[in-house]
Amino acid sequence: MINERNLPIFATLIVFMMLYGFGMYEYRGFRDTLVFTNLLTDNAFLIVTAIGMTFVILSGGIDLSVGSMIAFIGVLMAYLITSLGLHPLAAIAVAVLVGTLFGAIMGIIIAYFDLQAFIVTLAGMFLFRGLAYLINLNSVPINHPFVTALSDIYVPLPGRGGLTFIAMAMLTLLVIGIILARRTRFGMNVYAIGGDSHSAALLGVPVKKTTVKIYALSGLYSALTGVIFAIYTSSAYPLAAVGVELDAIAAVVIGGTLLSGGVGYVFGTFLGGMIQGVIQTLITFDGSLNSWWTKLAVGGLLLFFILLQKGIVTWAKRRTSPT
Amino acid sequence: MDLRAGEIRALLGENGAGKSTFIKVLTGVYERDQGTIHLDGQIIQAQDSGHAQRLGISTVYQEVNLIPSMSVTENLTLQQQDKTFGLISWKKAQKRAMALLAKVGLDIDPSKQLDSYSIAIQQLIAIARALSNDAKLLILDEPTASLDAGEIQQLFSLMKQLKEDGLGIIFVTHFLDQVYSITDSITVLRNGESIGTFDTAQLPRAELISHMVGKSLDDLAPASGQNRSQQPLETLLTIKNLGKQRFLQPIDLNIHAGEVVGLAGLLGSGRTEVCELAYGATKADQGETTLKGHVLTQGSLRSAIRTGMGYCPEDRKQDGIVAELSVRENMILALQASRGWWSPIPMVKQKELVEEMIKRLAIKTPDMDKPIGELSGGNQQKVILARWLITHPDLLILDEPTRGIDIGAHHEIIQIIQELCAQGMGLLVASSELEELVVFAHRVVVMKDRHKIAELDGEQVSEHAILQSIAS
Repeated sequence: MINERNLPIFATLIVFMMLYGFGMYEYRGFRDTLVFTNLLTDNAFLIVTAIGMTFVILSGGIDLSVGSMIAFIGVLMAYLITSLGLHPLAAIAVAVLVGTLFGAIMGIIIAYFDLQAFIVTLAGMFLFRGLAYLINLNSVPINHPFVTALSDIYVPLPGRGGLTFIAMAMLTLLVIGIILARRTRFGMNVYAIGGDSHSAALLGVPVKKTTVKIYALSGLYSALTGVIFAIYTSSAYPLAAVGVELDAIAAVVIGGTLLSGGVGYVFGTFLGGMIQGVIQTLITFDGSLNSWWTKLAVGGLLLFFILLQKGIVTWAKRRTSPT
Repeated sequence: MDLRAGEIRALLGENGAGKSTFIKVLTGVYERDQGTIHLDGQIIQAQDSGHAQRLGISTVYQEVNLIPSMSVTENLTLQQQDKTFGLISWKKAQKRAMALLAKVGLDIDPSKQLDSYSIAIQQLIAIARALSNDAKLLILDEPTASLDAGEIQQLFSLMKQLKEDGLGIIFVTHFLDQVYSITDSITVLRNGESIGTFDTAQLPRAELISHMVGKSLDDLAPASGQNRSQQPLETLLTIKNLGKQRFLQPIDLNIHAGEVVGLAGLLGSGRTEVCELAYGATKADQGETTLKGHVLTQGSLRSAIRTGMGYCPEDRKQDGIVAELSVRENMILALQASRGWWSPIPMVKQKELVEEMIKRLAIKTPDMDKPIGELSGGNQQKVILARWLITHPDLLILDEPTRGIDIGAHHEIIQIIQELCAQGMGLLVASSELEELVVFAHRVVVMKDRHKIAELDGEQVSEHAILQSIAS
């Protein structure tokens, strides 16, 4: 029997397949593998951020700083490569380290000063955006042979599609995320904290340490997003990725993760991100609709999913309450 | 205190006696400032509950402290997963979970979510988890509070089996019947001190209760029944067969105008439950409440207030005051609620009412706009009383009205109760302090294990009689 808590992720899968099926039925071009691989490439940055966000939301928290983090890391990376002349690999290593460290610091403040994640990461959101401007006010192109080589990597697939470097990076990070969530003690601790942090502490889960790790992980994933975004656009811009934190939260929730924590899957988040991409692609294929229709569809879906989750939770409660 | 392997020890005491503090020190949640704990002859010092578990002390709490949204397997193996190549192996975990469940005699599907099982099964799963790290000492903190009779028997047979396996068990409860049916010995705590440890078989029930409340039955001369047995006045409140499963056995109760009915009983006996059901703060699943001839809609507090009922809850901080609001705003709440939010009380009128109440109840506050949280406990309680008095209720339900307030205010509140009663109000007062109950109550309803076990009237009301009926 399907566990009722797994219903949202099945709903997500069905919505994704229906949207994709509709596209294949309606448009000849949609049937090509190119559409799918483009989806992977174009939504890689959103999905990678959202994977980090999944851990945060699973633990019952929120991270509003990821959008700014993406911009900051991109600008930092461009600065290290173009102004300081660092090799891109070294620049990426430094940037990712900085992102993880900043995430960990937010985690420490949240866990040890017992502050709300919303406020702490809101502060982070402003700080990182400000830091990005501090480094550079304008858009900077990143012209380094290594970066160009990375963005030129392409594994052709049957049909016209193929996997780009960032699509493969995203898929790798997705697999790591899934393993981390379901097959490690850290992952189980995240679920436990989100389920009931008081009980988790009594069961011996190191709640504070795990919380720091969660935000460090979100910092790491959003820093990697910054790197991917910079490679994707071959440039860095302090105003990049404004509002991506909200898109990421939407992807996580549409992916079936409970906003109150404890229930959800990383793979669901992948589907949640892909659904947003499919809607955008469908609107592009249609041609007559404005791209803002994406927002309308995503908003509607989001509403549908939170109502679905609420319904399931209420139903489950009623079923198990003593009669 | 010593505990042998294979012994079941009851830990008893009234509210605030120090039971939970004792457990928390034992399991390392609180740091102790003196004394030592020996386990198997070795001095131990648990740093936190995780460490205590590794040392062999496991605790199961009344509220099942597992993660409801995770599967049974995940709950049982949290923090002690079996790994293959550094990753959790769910196959091994499942096997381990099955083995643990078998220990407590459960045959269930461990891949299902924890909250798809009943509280009783969750309780057993919690015990299975507690046993998973070779526990030598098992602490059960009020495990039976939310179980029904059959489930309790299931738990008891498990406890007996564990005892035979050589486990030491500390069993915290306030159900005396259960103490006598399962434990070997009893340790009584009172006011943070250990009163002594006794053999269960050799301690009569009456003696146990007098140890718990700190008074011997012989010390209490039957008090004189002054100001009692008046003419029966009109019936104000009639409770018929009111009850809720796992909460309170159905009870009948009448309260007349100008009468104080006391609710006595040990902690957990059902005093508060009666108050909550009578007022409607908890929805009853059977029976009905009639006030002045009107049958109250179950679960509608507004109808209760409008018909003329008032309720001062036991936990003043949590359920009574709104700490950030001023004395005036706190006092006006109930009246405003009964009028509905569309007809606000004019400020002038509010001030007039509040001024009058501050004078009448001698509430000590510099002004009526001071946040109520800054007042002393006794004055807070008076404000809560005033909140109801300005609605001119016919019936007031007071749950522990004198808890946690100083002696002076204590006395004043008792006076207020007597005055209100003289004015013709009906009052239902739950209290753990028998001496104050017998002063003002015309009748006393004695509760035990969520049953009404006796009703003492007029001359019969005395501390002695109340204790005797609890003990019987």
